[in-house]
Amino acid sequence: MMLRRVVAMFDERSGASPFVVKTLRYLFPDHWSFLLGEVALYSFLVLVGTGTYLALFFDPSLAHVTYQGVYGPLRGAEMSQAYKSAIDISFAYKGGLLIRQTHHWAADVFVAAIVMHVMRVFFTGAFRKPRELTWVVGMLILVTTLLEGYVGYSMVDDLLSGMGLAIGYGVALSLPVIGGNLALGLWGSPYPGDHTFESRMFIAHVFIFPVIIGLLLGLHLTLVAARHHAQFRRMRRQTNQRLVGVPTFPGQAPRSLGLLFAVAAVLFLLGGLVQINPIWQWGPYEVALGTNGAQPDWYLGWLIGALRLMPGFDVTIGDYTLVPNPFWGGVLFPTIVIGLMLVWPWVERRITGDRRVHNLLDRPRDAPVRTAFGAAFLLWVVLVFFAGSADRLYVFLRISYTSMTWIYRVATFALPLAVFFVVLTICRELQRSDALEADREAAEEEGERALRAASPQPLTPGTERATAERP
Amino acid sequence: MRRLGRWLLMAIVAALGWARHREGRGADADAGDDGRIVPAGDPEPGAEIAVLLLLVAATLCAVGFIVVYAIDAIGNQTQLLGIAIGACFTFLAAALILVGKRLIVTEENEEEYPPAGHPEEQQELVQIVEESGSRFTRKRLLMTTGGAATAAVGAALVTPVLSLGPWLDTSSLANTPWRRGLRLIGSDGLPMFADQVEEGTFYTAFPEHANHDEIGAPVIVVRLPPSALRLPAERAGWAPGGVLAYSKICTHAGCAIALYRTPLFPPTSSKPAMVCPCHYSTFDPASGGTVIFGPAGRPLPQLPLYVGGDGVLRAAGNFSGPVGPSWRDVREHPT
Repeated sequence: MMLRRVVAMFDERSGASPFVVKTLRYLFPDHWSFLLGEVALYSFLVLVGTGTYLALFFDPSLAHVTYQGVYGPLRGAEMSQAYKSAIDISFAYKGGLLIRQTHHWAADVFVAAIVMHVMRVFFTGAFRKPRELTWVVGMLILVTTLLEGYVGYSMVDDLLSGMGLAIGYGVALSLPVIGGNLALGLWGSPYPGDHTFESRMFIAHVFIFPVIIGLLLGLHLTLVAARHHAQFRRMRRQTNQRLVGVPTFPGQAPRSLGLLFAVAAVLFLLGGLVQINPIWQWGPYEVALGTNGAQPDWYLGWLIGALRLMPGFDVTIGDYTLVPNPFWGGVLFPTIVIGLMLVWPWVERRITGDRRVHNLLDRPRDAPVRTAFGAAFLLWVVLVFFAGSADRLYVFLRISYTSMTWIYRVATFALPLAVFFVVLTICRELQRSDALEADREAAEEEGERALRAASPQPLTPGTERATAERP
Repeated sequence: MRRLGRWLLMAIVAALGWARHREGRGADADAGDDGRIVPAGDPEPGAEIAVLLLLVAATLCAVGFIVVYAIDAIGNQTQLLGIAIGACFTFLAAALILVGKRLIVTEENEEEYPPAGHPEEQQELVQIVEESGSRFTRKRLLMTTGGAATAAVGAALVTPVLSLGPWLDTSSLANTPWRRGLRLIGSDGLPMFADQVEEGTFYTAFPEHANHDEIGAPVIVVRLPPSALRLPAERAGWAPGGVLAYSKICTHAGCAIALYRTPLFPPTSSKPAMVCPCHYSTFDPASGGTVIFGPAGRPLPQLPLYVGGDGVLRAAGNFSGPVGPSWRDVREHPT
């Protein structure tokens, strides 16, 4: 038979058969929430594919040109070669806009899927021993992804990307002591930087960061496979030592491949039908230009919010500016958020004293303090995120921007604290009702047993089948 | 169209035939062979036909994508291309999910989790490493020297990175193109006359002959009633006729000040202010660019002005302070 010959041919030359068999029979426990990580992985594949295509047309050069292309409203405008090539991708090449918009959507979905995956892992306690390293690598992927996305939309050199870069420059300058050197070193000269800055962003976006993400992703998946998936306890057979799941092949493969195509379908439909970042409307960037209502891609909204919420002061010692203001929102805030998440597995170990191996996942209620902390922490970041859109909310609500800023300044501290105690109480009440339910079931079982003992009966057909199924 | 119909019919017939064929084989396997790895299951001809149809649909959509790409006359190409390829992927996804749910036996297998650790191998590893160095007599010294060599080689390898930019000399951060006597050129490229500047709006100006791509260049020009000015004493005469110029670059994070707030009803409205749209730092033009709201940590640098004999606004010197976002030395060299 053909298949047998092919397998023999490869196995005799690689010796890979045992490994392949093991891979094909690797078990995936079944739960919908496990798909979030896969959605992120597949968005990354779409990003690499569409990004490679875009790189064939994008010209990372700040050379000045006068636009004479197909898009009428910009004809005659002075712009950089980079911006012009991005406009050309959108209008001059067939399918270019589809790929560009799909790439942008895929980036937004990629980060969203990562964030939801992180939430799943956090609230089910999947980060505990033996999976702490997997968690840390995942966090590093998230951080690299944020940088990758930022550089990606910054190198287009439209008005919005320029405004975002100005903020990045301000944040780099704000690092205590070394800020000036760092910003000058990265940009090559005072903002907006010398002409090589565009090449630096380009190589970072198409090579350095993607390679880092790819390597970390490989490490992440290797670690997952090495320790196997954690599982929810849906049946008695599933224990801390025993895993029940669907094998990679044939069970999991078509579903996962189906998910890949589903993700690709959603991204390409979005890219084809829902406009995103219409750079031709923003126009080319100049340092003297700005626009009202400018917002970054959603995954940087929390940083805009943090920068906006800070009251205005620089920390100075005499004439020495120790901490310029953007440091608080642009550096310290994300450092606290990411840092706390990075060390959380060890914080929880310290608090609970629990050093055991955990292959069974918690339901959120099973760990009330973790869940309450997670909810409060999430709310904290989400509130700061919404503070970043207060200028847009003003348009709808007509509450003055100043008042909203003060409301947010109070709410970002008060509400998470309140939510912590509310969630804690809810979890404990749910635990209590679980215990009650278990008691009731035990009592009913006991009652039935007593009844059966009183009047011996033959087994009902139903019980017979149940016993037969589980040999 | 008719040919398409015939193909579909053929596909369905072929599918049915294949399904029946599989049925026969499945029965055989169940009867004869107990050594299966993947458990047997019953065929589902209905699901197979559905999968076939979905694959046919995906094929048609993929062909449709190529057709839309090839025909130049089609408008809304982006939308149609997106629909074609999106639908193609949707059908593929549906086919695969159907295969996974209905046509492949869903086994739920069990296995042991890998052991938490391998104490023997750990011991072996430690032993190998420890024994490998048994011929060394000056371990500590060697470690220190090796560490130093590693650090030096590492440093040597990253040294070329220093060429990326001036890492040590930060003097260029204080540069601006403004000098006494330079005329203000408006964004229309023409010299800015003092009596052109009206109240209630703002103008952007650059020094003549300057590179616009420099954060030290752009200024925001506004006019206030001279009676409303509350400039510091040493800036008397910086605002001829109430015309003021400030750096257009926000001292918070470097965005351009692109908003100007003017009172709609002066008795109760807030006073005029220059606002940055990035984080809403708000600066007071009347009092020398002081921060009245938002995160900026220091005032906007003011550019002293005078009106030349030709009526054109000219700079009377450089800014009152460094332009751009704050950093270490931003308060140390008042110019």
